[in-house]
Amino acid sequence: MSTSMTLEDSIRAKKQDRDILLMTHIVLGHPSFEEGMRIVEAMVDAGVEVMELQIPFSEPTADGPVILRANQQSLENGATVERCLQFAEECARRFDISFLLMTYYNILFKYGLEAFAQRMADAGLYGAIVPDLPPEEAGEYLEAMQSRNLAPIFIYTPTTDDTRMQLIADVAEGLVYCVARRGVTGSDTHFDEELDLYLARCRAATDLPLALGFGVKDRADVDHLVGRVDLAVIGTQTIRLIEESGIEAVKPFIEGLRDPS
Amino acid sequence: MTETNAKAGYFGEFGGSFIPEILAATFAELLAAYGDARSDPAFWEEYKRLMSTYSGRPTPLTYAENLTQHFGGAQIYIKREDLNHTGAHKANNVIGQGLLMKRMGKTRVIAETGAGQHGVATATMAAKFGFDCTIYMGEVDVRRQRPNVFWMERLGATVVPVTDGTRTLKDAINEAFRDWVTNMDDTHYALGTACGPHPFPEMVTWFQSLIGEEARAQILKERGTLPSAVYACVGGGSNALGIFSGFLDDADVKLVGVEAGGHGLSTGRHAARLASDDATIGVAQGYKTFFLQDGDGQMRETHSVAAGLDYVGVSPILSNLSENGRVRFEAASDTEVIDALSLTIKKEGLIPALESSHGFVQAFKDAPNFSKDEAILINQSGRGDKDIFTVADAFDDPKWRQFIQEKAAEYAARGDNPDVD
Repeated sequence: MSTSMTLEDSIRAKKQDRDILLMTHIVLGHPSFEEGMRIVEAMVDAGVEVMELQIPFSEPTADGPVILRANQQSLENGATVERCLQFAEECARRFDISFLLMTYYNILFKYGLEAFAQRMADAGLYGAIVPDLPPEEAGEYLEAMQSRNLAPIFIYTPTTDDTRMQLIADVAEGLVYCVARRGVTGSDTHFDEELDLYLARCRAATDLPLALGFGVKDRADVDHLVGRVDLAVIGTQTIRLIEESGIEAVKPFIEGLRDPS
Repeated sequence: MTETNAKAGYFGEFGGSFIPEILAATFAELLAAYGDARSDPAFWEEYKRLMSTYSGRPTPLTYAENLTQHFGGAQIYIKREDLNHTGAHKANNVIGQGLLMKRMGKTRVIAETGAGQHGVATATMAAKFGFDCTIYMGEVDVRRQRPNVFWMERLGATVVPVTDGTRTLKDAINEAFRDWVTNMDDTHYALGTACGPHPFPEMVTWFQSLIGEEARAQILKERGTLPSAVYACVGGGSNALGIFSGFLDDADVKLVGVEAGGHGLSTGRHAARLASDDATIGVAQGYKTFFLQDGDGQMRETHSVAAGLDYVGVSPILSNLSENGRVRFEAASDTEVIDALSLTIKKEGLIPALESSHGFVQAFKDAPNFSKDEAILINQSGRGDKDIFTVADAFDDPKWRQFIQEKAAEYAARGDNPDVD
């Protein structure tokens, strides 16, 4: 099965009915693959439009303590890349939302870039986020993704200047992931004027849909982002929630982030 | 120095700069400052002057007469990087990066450390230059290397034990990157070896090239000819690249890098990336090189009696020099290392660090095969006497154990809680 619609088309279509879309994140194999599938079900039920499925890596340098530990626990439980890809394939088959892979470059590199992209296309996935692969090193990856209509998703940060935003816009597809602040995943972000100025720069640099991630944790944060970006990314917060209150807490939490459609 | 591709930061197919977007501007700034420093002869002059007044450079070249007689082959010479301030070649790199920090106006330095030598060297540099300093060190290493932690703290550094992953060197590097992506405005990450994203492999090699520059001039002065072979231990690769730099263009000088053979290559419990067939090419910690990893690309646990060699990756410059055959790589097992150390202490009154002793192992194996009119050169990258806890453990010295037990009993009997911070 391969996706007929690109990530960008899919986001634009869904954006017709919603003033902001939600993108969530799980680490595959954490706390287990079985529980992971229940979490995906809960998120889809709650109306999430896009999900990032993270294949765990032993050296997750861009991740903060919560996601770092999730990576480690998943690997300790025996998660393999193959098992993760099977899980992603099952998600794409069962649920009618856009699934993305997120992982570090070594996972793709060792699998083989062509083979990895082909596997993603066969599985019905929409794109990938690879936080340690800057555009300058991405030549072969870009070719493998683009030739299969898969979105290579790149990242903007507050330290990215306008010239570099343009360079990234030239290679990015699907959406651009805007990191809200310095630091790693899972710390607080101030939803203030400085963030707005940064998002205005992002908006000016590309016509692609924008997703804002790092530190989005509640309804007020999501409300603040309406009109500024197309998607709000909830990452660490749901992992924390599940650790504290169990999987049952996921659906009401996500539903509470927006008005009912 | 070494051949590079058209693409900056590549050595053959190795190297590169696989950094998160948040650090792109920081690396652009570092590249510019490094480029300026390299094209400014005054920078190198200041660096050399400081190393001569603060760190005992040029370090001597010692003729090991007794070892030479013992093996009955090549004349054995030893480059004495152990005589640097803080006891290892690590001082060269940190002083160089400290001077670069001053140019960039950074006021805080962070570093990873395994055995603790790079941490102590960085904390020393920070004290001298007035920088704030945070050292990341795996929890396992903090326990193994308390004396170095003691000195880092006395020198004013904050030592953060890293409790993630294997809780050793690679995890300390990850944690230092996490600090850097948060605090890059005022903070420089002084990476301790010739690994990581461009320009670190090339820049650290440049700072360490003092070793080879001096050694080449010293041995020519002493003997009038070049050595037949040069030996150095290889963890990340900075001391090896430092001494090899002086001889890369001398095709007749054999260059030999010695990695940690641990319990033996066949056991899997080692850190031999280039001397074994266990490593494959991958991309992690910002660069492409040979890593000890599984088929999925997950990093494996490594082992060495020498914490400073206990690392999953290796300098991309060395991976290239291995591929093109310029440097030969061998492995020395833990037991061979203890034997070579013991012999060097008894024959020469020199105490190489456990790391450096790896280079001695292979030099001793090869020495009898050279003729008496040939010379070989070993880089004694660090001194072992200051790692007395580790070395005494490696020798399994009963009197030392008794001393520690008595000391512990003394502390327990005193019942007070000595100043712990």
